[in-house]
Amino acid sequence: MKETNMELTAEEKEILEGKKGETLRKVMETIVRFGQAFGAHRLIPLTHRPHLVTSFGANSIKPYYAILNELIASGLKTFDLFTVDPRPFDYENVPVTLIEKILFSFIFGKQKDYEQQLKKLGLESEEAFTCACYLPEVGNIPHRGDILAWSESSAVVYANSVIGARTNRNSAGIDIMCNIVGKAPEYGLLTDEGRQADWLIELKTKKLPNAQILGSAIGLKVVEEVPYITGLSEYLGSELKPEVLDYLKDMGAASASNGAVGLYHVENLTPEARDFGRKLLKPDIKTYVIDDVELERVYQSYPLLWKKPARKPFLCFIGCPHLSLNQIEQWVNRLEEELQKRRLKKTPVPVILCSAPGVIKEFKKNAPTGFKEKGIRLTAICPLMYMNNPLCARKPIVTNSNKLRTYSTARFFPDEEIIRVIFEGLQ
Amino acid sequence: MNKILKGRVIVAGNLKGEALVSHKGFNTLASFQKSLVTRAKIARCSDQDNKDLYQKVITGKILCLPQTIGSTTGGMVILTVARMGLHPAAMLFSKPIDSLAAAGIIMTDVWLNKKIITLDSLGDDFLQTVKSGQQLEINEEGEVRILDS
Repeated sequence: MKETNMELTAEEKEILEGKKGETLRKVMETIVRFGQAFGAHRLIPLTHRPHLVTSFGANSIKPYYAILNELIASGLKTFDLFTVDPRPFDYENVPVTLIEKILFSFIFGKQKDYEQQLKKLGLESEEAFTCACYLPEVGNIPHRGDILAWSESSAVVYANSVIGARTNRNSAGIDIMCNIVGKAPEYGLLTDEGRQADWLIELKTKKLPNAQILGSAIGLKVVEEVPYITGLSEYLGSELKPEVLDYLKDMGAASASNGAVGLYHVENLTPEARDFGRKLLKPDIKTYVIDDVELERVYQSYPLLWKKPARKPFLCFIGCPHLSLNQIEQWVNRLEEELQKRRLKKTPVPVILCSAPGVIKEFKKNAPTGFKEKGIRLTAICPLMYMNNPLCARKPIVTNSNKLRTYSTARFFPDEEIIRVIFEGLQ
Repeated sequence: MNKILKGRVIVAGNLKGEALVSHKGFNTLASFQKSLVTRAKIARCSDQDNKDLYQKVITGKILCLPQTIGSTTGGMVILTVARMGLHPAAMLFSKPIDSLAAAGIIMTDVWLNKKIITLDSLGDDFLQTVKSGQQLEINEEGEVRILDS
């Protein structure tokens, strides 16, 4: 590459000159040019394990596999063991027809080969496939102030906002390259300035809003900028208790997928907002007031992508991003209560609860037996990957996930409504 | 009279070609998803939410856009469509480039040795001025000339 205006260490310069091999030179050139595009002055060391976004062995992404093969052939690995997003299919727990199975085999024909590549590059284990790597049962949990190069958008926004670690919203490819070098260009959300809020979000609802719709409203308004949310701690309190973490996880994922939010602050609640309060607001702050009317407007604005809106739902996906242990327990209890109330043995619409392998394992230790026969299934897949093909996209699938709604044909309902849809269908 | 705008050079090059204008964020995965799955020879935009581009040919065009949006697989999608020959010839950003597009464009240059000519920070006025179908001329210094039709 031509000369760089970044301040590189002697070792980084040597790598860039190709003294440690051509492949590592290309890795370094990619990172340095990427950093330059954002005005980064230097690379800074990563202090916590990677999490990668690309978990699916799609036939179409051959150039990516070629890059990984080149990295492997040069003996390169990530600086620490990594977790990665969920696998795309689970024939045992998520129903597919023979034709769909053939289609999955075609679309994700490289899954086994790709997982072999991941193992060689530093995959932690067979159970490391989840988008919610920060859950206690998974254990890829950064500390406040850690520097990361993560890419899964829901994990990025959680790490930045709820934990107070620092990562940019990296693309697939850049994630693995930064984690091979063990460094990231210092810009954006890695800097104090980049973590200042551009938007003041004034929440003025009469009760705690649905996390998925609130996150969606914020994401659609601020897109990639940083919001500072007031009024929410009146309902959530000022402690990061398990149910609050669940709420923030789902709100953040919706803001990251409906927009491109990488960091939010909640007044009196999230770590940086607790420490710095409104000093986090930029001088030229923009304001967005969210009340019940605004949330209803956002909810009603979602396009319905089904050709026949009154069709009986084929299945219901809960858990995008993956559910916490607390959330699985709540959903199973809620569904069982509803079955008892309605004197039913099975849910009329199958319910697929998605979570991390480690969380599912933990849940099963004390789980009630026979919930599968009741129409409730547990899986560790990514429902997005399941739906991203022409056959599954035609199925009338409902979800409580605003992220899944955004990237697929799934129809969104808030928690309170989706229970009714599961048991009574669509009128 | 031809109008000239100046941007910041991300990947330099000289090119004359046809503009394709997206006034809203370009969702990379949604736009190329159908072409990737069907292994099309030419990519047509499959993002139903993008009224400017839906079903229009992207391959070989000078894509004029504010930024890219959507899944963080976006960079890898750009790399893949470039390898398949489905990529736009150039990408002209009215705003500063976003991290997903930058990743894809730089990885394509470094790892595939293929250039998608790229300028950013052309200004909001750029997308108000340029129209789909117009001929544009780009030079290595980062100048964009909108040629009279």
